[in-house]
Amino acid sequence: MFLDNADVRKVARLARLAMNETEIEAARLQLSGIFTLIAEMQAVDTRGIAPMSHAQDLSQRLREDAVTETNQRELFQSLAPKYKGSPQVEAGLYLVPQVIE
Amino acid sequence: MINASIKQLSAALAAKTISSVELTQLYLDRIAALNPALNAYITTDAETSLAQARAADGRIARAEASPLTGIPIAQKDIFCAKGWLTTCGSKMLHNFVSPYDAHVIARFNDAGAVNLGKTNMDEFAMGSSNETSHYGPVKNPWDQARVPGGSSGGSACAIAARLCAAATGTDTGGSIRQPAALCGISGLKPTYGVVSRYGMIAFASSLDQAGPMGRSAEDLALLLNAMAGFDERDSTSLQRDKEDYARDLAKPLNGLRIGLPKEFFAEGLSGDVAQAVEAAIAEYRKLGATVVEISLPNSKLSVPVYYVLAPAEASSNLSRFDGVRYGYRAPDYTDLADMYEKSRAQGFGAEVKRRIMIGTYVLSHGYYDAYYLQAQKIRRLIAQDFTEAFRQCDVIMGPTAPSTAFELGEKGDDPVQMYLSDIYTIAVNLAGLPGMSIPCGFGSNNMPVGLQIIGNYFGEARMLNAAHQYQLATDWHSRAPQL
Repeated sequence: MFLDNADVRKVARLARLAMNETEIEAARLQLSGIFTLIAEMQAVDTRGIAPMSHAQDLSQRLREDAVTETNQRELFQSLAPKYKGSPQVEAGLYLVPQVIE
Repeated sequence: MINASIKQLSAALAAKTISSVELTQLYLDRIAALNPALNAYITTDAETSLAQARAADGRIARAEASPLTGIPIAQKDIFCAKGWLTTCGSKMLHNFVSPYDAHVIARFNDAGAVNLGKTNMDEFAMGSSNETSHYGPVKNPWDQARVPGGSSGGSACAIAARLCAAATGTDTGGSIRQPAALCGISGLKPTYGVVSRYGMIAFASSLDQAGPMGRSAEDLALLLNAMAGFDERDSTSLQRDKEDYARDLAKPLNGLRIGLPKEFFAEGLSGDVAQAVEAAIAEYRKLGATVVEISLPNSKLSVPVYYVLAPAEASSNLSRFDGVRYGYRAPDYTDLADMYEKSRAQGFGAEVKRRIMIGTYVLSHGYYDAYYLQAQKIRRLIAQDFTEAFRQCDVIMGPTAPSTAFELGEKGDDPVQMYLSDIYTIAVNLAGLPGMSIPCGFGSNNMPVGLQIIGNYFGEARMLNAAHQYQLATDWHSRAPQL
């Protein structure tokens, strides 16, 4: 399995990771090595085998549709990252760059 | 006192030979002296630890103590602890003071244990050497030019160096067992679902499991008693009757059937590790166990399967780190997408980015069946190998890691070489089985060797029994590095 730089660029964009061309080239080489290791799987005949998504066969527990958490907005918003020295919150909301004109 | 078991410490606290404040101060002084070189802790907070110790002393005076009351325990920095900086080894969380307690932290607080500090780890638990930590690598206390293993390397180092009485770890592909082996301590990854993952920062949710790390199997049993149990806040937490994991410690091993997987003793295992593990098996025969050769034919595929499934889950779990609500935000950006991309590029280290990219790729359109689905199918084959093997034996034993601790920087820029250091531990996570590592000797470079014990589902008490009986007959677990 060999990736080209366009594949790596696309994956970086999907994963929301800014990368310059030097980093893309380095990532391509390392990912190609890892995918060579992963390719050992491809030779295995798995026809008729059910995929195992989890260690235990569990069904999702259900609970009453009731509020169980207390409102801790102020505590949580005190953790907001700062931008140019100020925490990015206002009136109980988180601030991000404008998305809609 | 620093070499005492939890049971001995608990007795000394009860007899007022020492107070929890004195014991905590003893460890804080050792940390102040030795941590600058070893780097086992990311955060300590003497005031908070000593306040917990004073509260514990009060509890002991009122005769309300549990077996862990007043015992100083280090917490892996993957566990959210209210009021404590919780970094997960990442720049992304360099400023994250947790607003809540993980279930594991709450259980230790309820037991009256003292939180001695947060231990260093590979970034987001992705690594086998502790070299991916944003806060610098941990050194192996047996030889500071070598790695302690990872990802729970800070916890393993702190126990070996007597910088805590015991510690917690987490294990997604070997992150408790491999550092335990490389640092010459004991560590146990329970059956998936036994310990709640609530408040434990997620890496690969179908594999992550927390467990105790300590100086002996007996200590691990006491720690697991506090950590295990149902928690409705983790949807994979199992509803089972409460167990006393120490209940079988004293049982003799007559008739114990040990399975030795032939694949674990083949090419790739270094000679000195093989020798120490074989000597341990010989000791088990003396203790009355019988040995049977078993086969885990698909275990060789566990590394490639893991490097599809774990990154896939990680790429999803780590999408929450976006620079908006907490953690790191890039200092400059042009628009929202640029803010996400720069915050993540600057906040995550190289190995984390690599795994996010692997996961994003294998989950992307057109590749899902070839990678993710195929890996899940082989995961079942790997789990079935264990089911088959446990028809012939009670526990499985073998090496924990293929070699003793390697040198810092030795595996350098080759991620595949690093991944192969978990070759004997990963299959256990894929199957969801319990596994542990105990010290069983030293290799040719005088570095510790770990014996891995794998149990059937919910076989922790049996494994701890096997480990404890071995530790009664040998003294590898009580050896300490010269510091």
